[in-house]
Amino acid sequence: MKNLPFKKQTIALLAVIVPLLALFVYVAFRSGPLAPVSVVLATVENKSLSPALFGIGTVEARYTYKIGPIFAGRVKSLKVHVGDHVKAGQRLGEIDPVDLDKRIQAQDAAVRQTKAQLNESQARKDYAQIQAARYEQLFKVHSVSEDSLATKQQEKLVAQAGLIAAREALSRVIIEREALAVQRNDLFLTAPVDGLVVARNANPGTTVVAGQSVVELIDPSTLWANVRLDQISSKGLTEGLYAKITLRSQGSEFQAGHVLRVEPLADEVTEETLAKVVFDHIPDPLPPVGELVEVTIILPTLAAAPVIPNAAIHHIDGSLGVWQFIHGDLHFTPILLGRADLDGRVQVLEGLNIGDQVVVYSENTLNEHSRIDVVEHIQGVAR
Amino acid sequence: MISLAGRDIMHSWGKFVFTGMGLGLLIGITLSMAGIYRGMVDDAKMLLDNSGADLWVVQKDTLGPYAEPSSIYDDIWRGLRGVQGVTQAANITYLTMQVRQGKRDVRTMVTGISAGESGTPGWPPFLIAGRQITRGHYEAVADITAGFKLGDRIQLRRNHFTVVGLTRRMVSSSGDPMVFIPLKDAQQAQFLKDNDAIHQQRRRTAENPAFNRPQVPGLLNSVIASQSSNPYINAVLVRVESGYDAEQVAKIIGRWKRLTVYTRIQMEEILVGKLIATSAKQIFMFLVILSLVSAAIVAFIIYTLTLGKIREIAVLKLLGTRNRTIIGLIMQQSIALGLIGFVVGKISATLLMAPIFPKYVLLQPLDSVIGFIAVVIICILSSIVAINAALKVDPAEGIGG
Repeated sequence: MKNLPFKKQTIALLAVIVPLLALFVYVAFRSGPLAPVSVVLATVENKSLSPALFGIGTVEARYTYKIGPIFAGRVKSLKVHVGDHVKAGQRLGEIDPVDLDKRIQAQDAAVRQTKAQLNESQARKDYAQIQAARYEQLFKVHSVSEDSLATKQQEKLVAQAGLIAAREALSRVIIEREALAVQRNDLFLTAPVDGLVVARNANPGTTVVAGQSVVELIDPSTLWANVRLDQISSKGLTEGLYAKITLRSQGSEFQAGHVLRVEPLADEVTEETLAKVVFDHIPDPLPPVGELVEVTIILPTLAAAPVIPNAAIHHIDGSLGVWQFIHGDLHFTPILLGRADLDGRVQVLEGLNIGDQVVVYSENTLNEHSRIDVVEHIQGVAR
Repeated sequence: MISLAGRDIMHSWGKFVFTGMGLGLLIGITLSMAGIYRGMVDDAKMLLDNSGADLWVVQKDTLGPYAEPSSIYDDIWRGLRGVQGVTQAANITYLTMQVRQGKRDVRTMVTGISAGESGTPGWPPFLIAGRQITRGHYEAVADITAGFKLGDRIQLRRNHFTVVGLTRRMVSSSGDPMVFIPLKDAQQAQFLKDNDAIHQQRRRTAENPAFNRPQVPGLLNSVIASQSSNPYINAVLVRVESGYDAEQVAKIIGRWKRLTVYTRIQMEEILVGKLIATSAKQIFMFLVILSLVSAAIVAFIIYTLTLGKIREIAVLKLLGTRNRTIIGLIMQQSIALGLIGFVVGKISATLLMAPIFPKYVLLQPLDSVIGFIAVVIICILSSIVAINAALKVDPAEGIGG
């Protein structure tokens, strides 16, 4: 018992020094660069993938009608407003005829004048015809000279030509009158189809040039999404595929639709493929034309094949591969990838077998000599 | 043989251990400071490693994309892909901006990565949760230090992105966490003004008679459309085919494509030598000063400890103890103190200090070894002062003289 105080001190010192040293060894080898890298493993599964394509686009109307005058003019009246539904043939507004009605009246007068001239020519011709016939009789009994007969016959021919000219002149002015009537009629802005007014670009009093649209109509039953898909991920895109259309305003809700056509011309500047996706049922209320949509196009389900998560894929020294976990060691196995789905799963065509274990997540970059520590999930990741 | 140093330590072990711990915290701070400096350099290197590129093709005569702004057209990669020796060329954009999530916002470096598959240059090389981006728009992979969780919705400009993957150690050279998003969204985010500004811009354009001509009805729309597109990126990341010399390929691109190209080594020089040079030097100077101060404090502690025992040393001398034994006593104690200090310092730096720093602290084993040697040398040197004092002591002091 004599040595007890000394022993107490030794025990106390050891009680401090030994845990300190143990902690030091732990710190030196279990944290920092010498520490093993935590990894999460995944097993290669035999699964059938449902690949899908993802693109964004805008809601557009398949048919847009820009209605405007074919001559420069001033808008006289415009009866419709944006949001109005109109029927085919409905008059939407009118361009001011200015002097066109007067010109039509003048043309009416010209028709009447030409008709009178026609009557005059007819009378001349009738008279010339009678005279010619009478002179023929007289010539037969030698009462008039041959010269007189020839004069009357020539007068008859002139009168006949005059009649034809008068008739044609009448036709011309009648047609001119009709042309003015058509022009007059064209000053009415008429809806070519049943549709929805989406723009009213000018108000009464505004002068518009030929071809400028005054009113724009769309056919709301033909709304579609003009979708852009990155060329690199548009494999398998074809007509008729089922599509989920999510309007930006609708959050996670989606509308069913299908691919109407894949545009034969891709956008070479943005490196995108374009496709038109139509709604199976036009949404009610109607989405605004131009609204952004996200479109997920579902491709046919593939046959079961070895599948890994895309997070497992690494690029090392020019080849794609995975860190395969074999008997506690890491091996970089080059692989050949197949199709992928939007949930991050990828088919492996070569390099791995079903049941193989690969590193899916790692705390740090790995190499062949990395010491690893297999964990359920990487520390710090909120579950 | 009895260890005088051991006996003395045992005699007042509590004081000794606590002094060692205090010293340890000081050493811990010095090690942490070295770790901060190393971490800063490592952040810059990780930025380059993570991009997975052999060459960086940037705007002519700029130090882009990290050290200077660089802006090139996004179709240049097609021409680069055709250069002999190039296996992959991928566009990339970098933009440091605030990313909003709910009510908070986080300063991040938003990186726009080309569409493709895992392993494309610029993509995060490894994940710690979730998956890589599969959709061409509105998905994001974020560094865990940004504080996002899988499934979080984050907002960049007017668009919302879903966090689908998390990664680690993907930071900008200034330590901001990186957020990877699809390139087209990133281009838009770089260029997109707020809606008010766009509205004002449209109004200004519409009021300009040169663009709003009644004779040409579609002109205004065309002009507005051309004002709101962004065909630019910051750099093209190029991977060189094995067997080709990266510098040779860089020379060909620089000569014929009229662009500036940096190899990995040059890029590292730019980042470490230029971009973080001043702040790294700042930290390094701080490290040097802290080391000197630590050394001075160790010397003072040992000197004070020795002076505290001066009477006992005098007694030892009176008893005829050899100088060698006294030197051994002081030096052994000094080294033991240094060892305890180093152990405590290493533990505190690794477990307590490094994790609480917002930026990465890299405690390299070699630094620890250098630190250990330095601590021992400092202890030996500082004990010399104390030894000098002990040897000069008059034995008569031992009996109260």
